[in-house]
Amino acid sequence: MSSTTAAHHDEHHDHPTGIMRWLTTTNHKDIGTMYLTFSLIMFLVGGAMILAVRAELFQPGLQLMKPEFYNQLIGVHALVMIFAALMPAATGFANWMLPLQIGAPDMALPRLNNWGFWLLPPAAILLTLPFTLALFGIGDGAIATGWTFYTPLSIQGGIGVDFAIFSVHLLGVSSVLGSINVIVTILNMRAPGMTLMKMPMFAWGWLVTAFLLIATIPVLAGAVTMLLTDRHFGTHFFDAAGGGDPILFQHLFWFFGHPEVYIVLLPVWGFMPQILQTFSRKPMYGYKAQVVSLWAIGALALVVWAHHFFTVGMPVPALLYFMYSTMAISLPLAVLFFCWIATIWKGSLSFETPMLFATGWIVLFGIGGLTGLVLADVAADAQYHHSYFVVAHFHYTLFAGGMMGVMSGVYYWLPKMTGHMFSERLGKLHFWLTAISFNLTFIPQFFLGLAGMPRRIPDYALQFAEFNAISTVAAFVLGFSQLIFVYNIVSCARGGKKATDRVWEGAEGLEWTLPSPPPYHSFTEQPIVK
Amino acid sequence: MVMQFLKKAGLGVILAMTSLAVHAEYTWNFPMPATPMAADTLHVHNKFMVIVMIIFLVVLSIMIYSIVNHRKSKGHEAASFSGPSTKSQVVWTLVPFAILLYIDFILMGIPAYHSVVMMEDTKTNADMVIKITGSQWRWQYEYMDGEAQGVKFVSNLTTPQDQIDNKAEKGKDYLLEVDNHLVLPVGKKVRVLLTSTDVIHNWWVPAFGSARDAIPGFLRETWVRVDVPGTYRGQCKELCGKGHGFMPVVVDAVSAEDYTKWVADQKTKLAAASAGADKTWTKEELVEHGKEVYVKNCAVCHQAEGQGLPPTFPALHGSKIATGPIFDAEGKLVKDGHLDRVFNGKGVMPAWKAVLNDTDIASVITFERNGLGNAVGDMLQPAQVKALR
Repeated sequence: MSSTTAAHHDEHHDHPTGIMRWLTTTNHKDIGTMYLTFSLIMFLVGGAMILAVRAELFQPGLQLMKPEFYNQLIGVHALVMIFAALMPAATGFANWMLPLQIGAPDMALPRLNNWGFWLLPPAAILLTLPFTLALFGIGDGAIATGWTFYTPLSIQGGIGVDFAIFSVHLLGVSSVLGSINVIVTILNMRAPGMTLMKMPMFAWGWLVTAFLLIATIPVLAGAVTMLLTDRHFGTHFFDAAGGGDPILFQHLFWFFGHPEVYIVLLPVWGFMPQILQTFSRKPMYGYKAQVVSLWAIGALALVVWAHHFFTVGMPVPALLYFMYSTMAISLPLAVLFFCWIATIWKGSLSFETPMLFATGWIVLFGIGGLTGLVLADVAADAQYHHSYFVVAHFHYTLFAGGMMGVMSGVYYWLPKMTGHMFSERLGKLHFWLTAISFNLTFIPQFFLGLAGMPRRIPDYALQFAEFNAISTVAAFVLGFSQLIFVYNIVSCARGGKKATDRVWEGAEGLEWTLPSPPPYHSFTEQPIVK
Repeated sequence: MVMQFLKKAGLGVILAMTSLAVHAEYTWNFPMPATPMAADTLHVHNKFMVIVMIIFLVVLSIMIYSIVNHRKSKGHEAASFSGPSTKSQVVWTLVPFAILLYIDFILMGIPAYHSVVMMEDTKTNADMVIKITGSQWRWQYEYMDGEAQGVKFVSNLTTPQDQIDNKAEKGKDYLLEVDNHLVLPVGKKVRVLLTSTDVIHNWWVPAFGSARDAIPGFLRETWVRVDVPGTYRGQCKELCGKGHGFMPVVVDAVSAEDYTKWVADQKTKLAAASAGADKTWTKEELVEHGKEVYVKNCAVCHQAEGQGLPPTFPALHGSKIATGPIFDAEGKLVKDGHLDRVFNGKGVMPAWKAVLNDTDIASVITFERNGLGNAVGDMLQPAQVKALR
């Protein structure tokens, strides 16, 4: 290396410090850290909201809040958890780990990357600001329609709906920018020798997610924009009085909303096999089958949306089509489960915190998947739909399948990111508290749903009281257990036992060849993959 | 000391658990089915649950076996396979795929197909038709044909606000009680048409196995045939605003004779109401009846004292509309005046024209103008309302 390039190289490190470093950074690791921190903060915000809801539901009767406020909390909880906690966590991992895993110096489009992140805090503020405005007598609070914006309830709603629409616009732009960046990075910046079929599974998971985001976010943006013009500019897209149809909104929303489930889960399905193989000390099983399954699920995700609203009334052929196509998703998903279990089969297993979360994740996500299969049945769905059965089901997929997967990823890569080992003892405590209280929170909700308790009600009949009390107590344990997680992350970032480059005995992949923490610019010389 | 405390605490927990188990009204499955559709749904649900539980337990046992036996701490050496390599292995990996294909489309798919066809067959051999209209936050029932043709009433929650606010002890059917029950004859196939006047609602009785959305501007349909006489309770299950938890469904399934008796009662009531619209009422009568109508229908938003919940629900006390003119100098209805607003609604305010009868509308308007701290002094006669229909 000549002296001029060395000097040039040093200049790169002369980046601003303090707040300016974070505002102007184009470094993939800085941006990844910001995404993950933002996600963690919003996870706590969304969690606090739902604890207030669970407190209200502890006993029959209205104790703590009015129904209006209750409706705001449930909807904003969902929007925060999906858009501001789960999706940014996945993007955070993509930023941190994709360049490391494919041997690239950074993401392909670093400035766009910066903008993608900095759209998020304003979006989160827009979403939650109406709560504060209502305290000063402006408007009647945040969006109170649930996260689904169903018309005509959302047309009737107050300024909270407008704020949520703009928030979703910003979040959507951020997601599309992030997706473009991921696709460009994966397709162009892989190390020499890393053919597509040699890529880490995480890259495959994210590639499918990115395509799904680009396919569906514009539809959501269109739908909420039509809602906005219906609200304020006299259009009648969703108003029967003007020739529109309220159900059209549900079709548009769920054309986005169903793939959204996989958008949140596919990155997790990407890195989970890597964690499983690390702690099984055995290569991942069925790489090709997994890649094909990820794409199959991505494709099916786009054509099954109407199973989210079977009860609106549809022609029989439509009901049958959406039922059978939904059931078909279980086929590629079964292949994935088979591959995950075959990966640990006859391995040499050890159960450090990430592996505990990963095995717990397979079991709990399995419950989410199987109850989803039952929900696909149109006739029984009339009973499950909009009851607590559905609430329990999608928390098994999104909390267990999504959030616990993310936690596994955090514990797996935290030593690599910070250069320190976290407290294994606290990590294990966090896992057991989370897994047990999660089940105690949501298993009663399956029974509540079967017994006939509708979701989204602030008060309930007396026969639902016992299960609700159990669910609430467990939810508080679940919520407060997450403070252990936060403490563990913060103390790990501050110091602790030095992490080795490889961190975990069985870890394979390019990210483990760099020091922990990796240098500011990841791979200054391209690694060669054989 | 510590041990003693722990013993005591442990005993307390055990006692609490047993008392909970004794008193708890736990329900572990769908309620007892009352219609063929619910029976079918329960059957399909039970079958599917057994299937998915078997899948779950088999997969879980394989995992547990691996977790227990393939541990590094037990000295288990990792194998090195990473995919099916021989032909027989490829076939074996296809086995779970094939099993699921069979379960999805044969074992679960075929009964599901029959259930769907049965659920959607609303017209064949239907004995009668009723129309259900959802409104924020009440149900309106109308009998479209047969002996009860023309019978029409609104069904409101009757649980007192004090019980909801924990100021009074909660009754047995807390939140699941209404003033006017929907009455259906047992053993008759009832075709149910659904619509809504404002937002989407969902008419759901768990024991009937049918849930269908009520969509403004559209008709949707389902059917029920209640085979077991009794009272059945359900709720709206599509988020419909602040009163979503407070619009229950109560259905009485009665014998043919009781049904005929009930229909006769309803017809007498309707005739009385219609006669009431033709007579001239005194202001006191109107205010007194109007207060009842107000408490039942209006107070949920405009509040008991008419103070409203601004900005969404305006106050009626001192309101320009509720104290302004109803008719103009030529005797025509004032646009956006008091009666126009009650009749036709606007924005969040529902239209009451089809929900309340002439006497109710005239009384509630007279009450709002002369109660709630307002003192306009005039009154509206039911006959004036009837003339505008």
